[in-house]
Amino acid sequence: MRMPKLADSFRFTRDMWSSPWMTAIGRFTALIAVFLFFAALVEDGKFYTPRNLENILRQSAVYATAALGMTMIIIAGGIDLSVGSMIALSVVTVAWILDYHYTVYGPNGREETVYLIHQWPVLLPWTALVAGVLVSVLAGFINGATVVGLRLVPFIVTLGTMGIFRGLAKGLAQEKDIYPREDTWLTRLMDPTLTSHDPRWRVWILPPGVWILIVSAVVAALILRYTKLGRYIFAIGSNEETARLCGVPVGRVKIATYTLGGLFAGLAGLMQFSFIGGIGQPTSAIAYELFVIAAVVIGGGSLMGGQGSILGSVIGALIITILYMGGQQMGWPKWVQEAVIGVIIIAAVVIDRLRQHSAT
Amino acid sequence: MEVVHIACCRVEIRIIMRDSPPRLKMVNIAKRFGTTQALNGVNVEVAAGEVHALVGENGAGKSTLMKVLAGVYRPDRGQMWLDGEPFVPHQPLDARRRGIAMIYQELSLAPHLSVMENILLGVEPARWGVIRWRQLRQQAYAALSELGLADLPLATPVQNLPPGYQQMVEIARAVVSQAKIVVLDEPTSSLTQHDVDRLFTLIRRLRERGLAVIYISHFLEEVHRISDRFTVLRDGETVGSGITSQTPIPKIVALMVGREVSELYPKRRRTRGPCILEVEGLTGTKKPIGASLRLHRGEILGIAGLVGAGRTELLRAIFGLDAVRAGHIRVGVFQGPASPGQRWRQGVGFLSEDRKREGLAVSLSIAENITLSRVDRLGPLGLVLPGREERIVTRWIERLSIRCEHLRQPTWTLSGGNQQKVALARLFFADVDVLLLDEPTRGIDVGSKAQIYRLIAEAADGSGGTSPKAVLMVSSYLPELLGLCDTIAVMFRGRLVACRPAEQWTEHSLMLAATGQNQVNLLNAP
Repeated sequence: MRMPKLADSFRFTRDMWSSPWMTAIGRFTALIAVFLFFAALVEDGKFYTPRNLENILRQSAVYATAALGMTMIIIAGGIDLSVGSMIALSVVTVAWILDYHYTVYGPNGREETVYLIHQWPVLLPWTALVAGVLVSVLAGFINGATVVGLRLVPFIVTLGTMGIFRGLAKGLAQEKDIYPREDTWLTRLMDPTLTSHDPRWRVWILPPGVWILIVSAVVAALILRYTKLGRYIFAIGSNEETARLCGVPVGRVKIATYTLGGLFAGLAGLMQFSFIGGIGQPTSAIAYELFVIAAVVIGGGSLMGGQGSILGSVIGALIITILYMGGQQMGWPKWVQEAVIGVIIIAAVVIDRLRQHSAT
Repeated sequence: MEVVHIACCRVEIRIIMRDSPPRLKMVNIAKRFGTTQALNGVNVEVAAGEVHALVGENGAGKSTLMKVLAGVYRPDRGQMWLDGEPFVPHQPLDARRRGIAMIYQELSLAPHLSVMENILLGVEPARWGVIRWRQLRQQAYAALSELGLADLPLATPVQNLPPGYQQMVEIARAVVSQAKIVVLDEPTSSLTQHDVDRLFTLIRRLRERGLAVIYISHFLEEVHRISDRFTVLRDGETVGSGITSQTPIPKIVALMVGREVSELYPKRRRTRGPCILEVEGLTGTKKPIGASLRLHRGEILGIAGLVGAGRTELLRAIFGLDAVRAGHIRVGVFQGPASPGQRWRQGVGFLSEDRKREGLAVSLSIAENITLSRVDRLGPLGLVLPGREERIVTRWIERLSIRCEHLRQPTWTLSGGNQQKVALARLFFADVDVLLLDEPTRGIDVGSKAQIYRLIAEAADGSGGTSPKAVLMVSSYLPELLGLCDTIAVMFRGRLVACRPAEQWTEHSLMLAATGQNQVNLLNAP
């Protein structure tokens, strides 16, 4: 036949630079570079002690789990600003159920407070877990249904629900922190394992919460890659009109995506509950939506939709955590930490674009 | 009612003065991307006051060459001169400053700004940074009237203008910014005959003003009508150039494809089967109005008409993309309106006229685009099995001879013709019985066109080993309707005004019907 056509030539160089493998390797390199930077600069090797490594994992698990749902939403061309509030709502719901109590009058007329946790010591933590996740699932569904039903821009909808869910969390907690009466295994979800003194706990190797993250990430990646839903999410984010024309049920897929976002936010809420020591704190996870969105963007997600990867987002969450903790341990003032994270977010996106442009 | 002149006027060839340097001279331009030599020694010479056509198949290097001219790419080799002075643009701004105006298929206007603001964008008359609206209006009006466009509304946002007129605004802007060379890339692909005539009048005015116009088009009839000289590119090389009026079209085609194209339209080998799509009094929100038609297996039914006559809306309403206000649609055994998803499953497929905005998700891969309408065929329980996908997609890539390296490569890396084949493959993959095709060959080269005609004809013949399918096809290109269709209907202002066997139509009668002439007659026709 003939010589390869012009269009083919773009692809050759493009492929080299933006093949999934190159992309993943690039992000890993960035992660390792950031880590080595702090490992070298933080004195006495304090940065790479097992305890610190474990802390990095524990802290990033919350962001990373929420980032899984956010990745899907962003790939579908949406955004979810309410994720921090959803996490808080889950945190408070878990604590509220664990702390649920009522007053009875004993035979001699004395007031007695009865804690449900004492009556149902096995069942109640599970109920709290399920309720904590479900409340975020419902919240995500409301986000999706509003975006689709009222045909509003997701930015506006979730800006609104960010306030609504936060308000609900505060209302449920009556604007106070809830301290559940008893500690349960839910409190220990994120407890350190390797550095624990309890040999039975050490068997876990990683905190159970991190295991939840790993399993969730694998499931999310499989959904995006090997299911109809995943295909539709990419198609809608890439070109919604084409998707509609091809018979993709655009509305239903969007609702499903935001609902999944809620599911992962709920799981992140469980981790957050444990991470802050088993307290139902309605003001926790404030501004997390920004960290989570940043993690997705650093991980290669495009706010225009159609692009993003689960592995990338998890790496993004790790990078943000390392920057945050490294900055703290370097004794940087808070304002420097925040500014540095801001610069990194912009730099990551710029590098990504340069990389793609150098190919064309 | 305005009468459209279809009469072809031969243009006088201006005598190019040999003693003054040409407006543009590009010598031995080469550009390489990776392993592919996109341009390999291209020579083009364009004089001031001439319309120079640049023709070639998609991928021949026309767009790369124009990007070199516009300063987007730097050539690896070769020189350029502008009015005898060396021209080495480092970036697009350099080229624009030297007077090179590119008018692309994707318009680059500010859609929310008015016509006059767009014309004077960047050179607004202002004092202390405050725009002087009266002067702005006057200058814009002066510029437009000089170009014979005084009837354009000055204060209307350009997004409300029909696409053809948006393009004219862009040309006016180029003239205002003192352009020396205006490059028009496929300017007529979305225009009606009337607007094409208008555009050509405008181009002739540009020529009279001494501008050089580089005209890129796949419509060789138009090239013949408007250009003085032409240059043909093939595989990144100049393979010929000459005076247009002295070169017959078949000779230009032969240069473009490197061989003679014998049969553009395949022979009809089909018999009309049972009626599979019945539309009765279909009325949408604005258009169509009371449209009725019957489409049979083994039939290609073409719909002619001007842009804006409601042809696209008719297809969209049938397909469930636009609301239906009244009327009945029957697809085989299925009665009544349906969503696009249901239509796909009922065996109806739709090919959009707007590949980039609607037809393809260009950042997704070829495989994803082909399978998107029937992902459920790729595995049970909502799973997508990559192996099965690859097998299926490879088959379609081969059958449609889509030129690509890998089925996972993003669709935007393909040439226009191959993109269109991907969009068409989606319909074949979904194994639909009714193909709704909206401008199936818009903006693609002659070679790909012939292949797409063959695919459409095979589908209707049932010669591809399947049952004969029914094709409903909208096109603005009359030769293709006449060459390919069994039946042609004409749409005028939302109504289907005439439907006859293709043999009973001529380009002339189609044009008359499409512009609303002899309407009384046509309404009485069967």
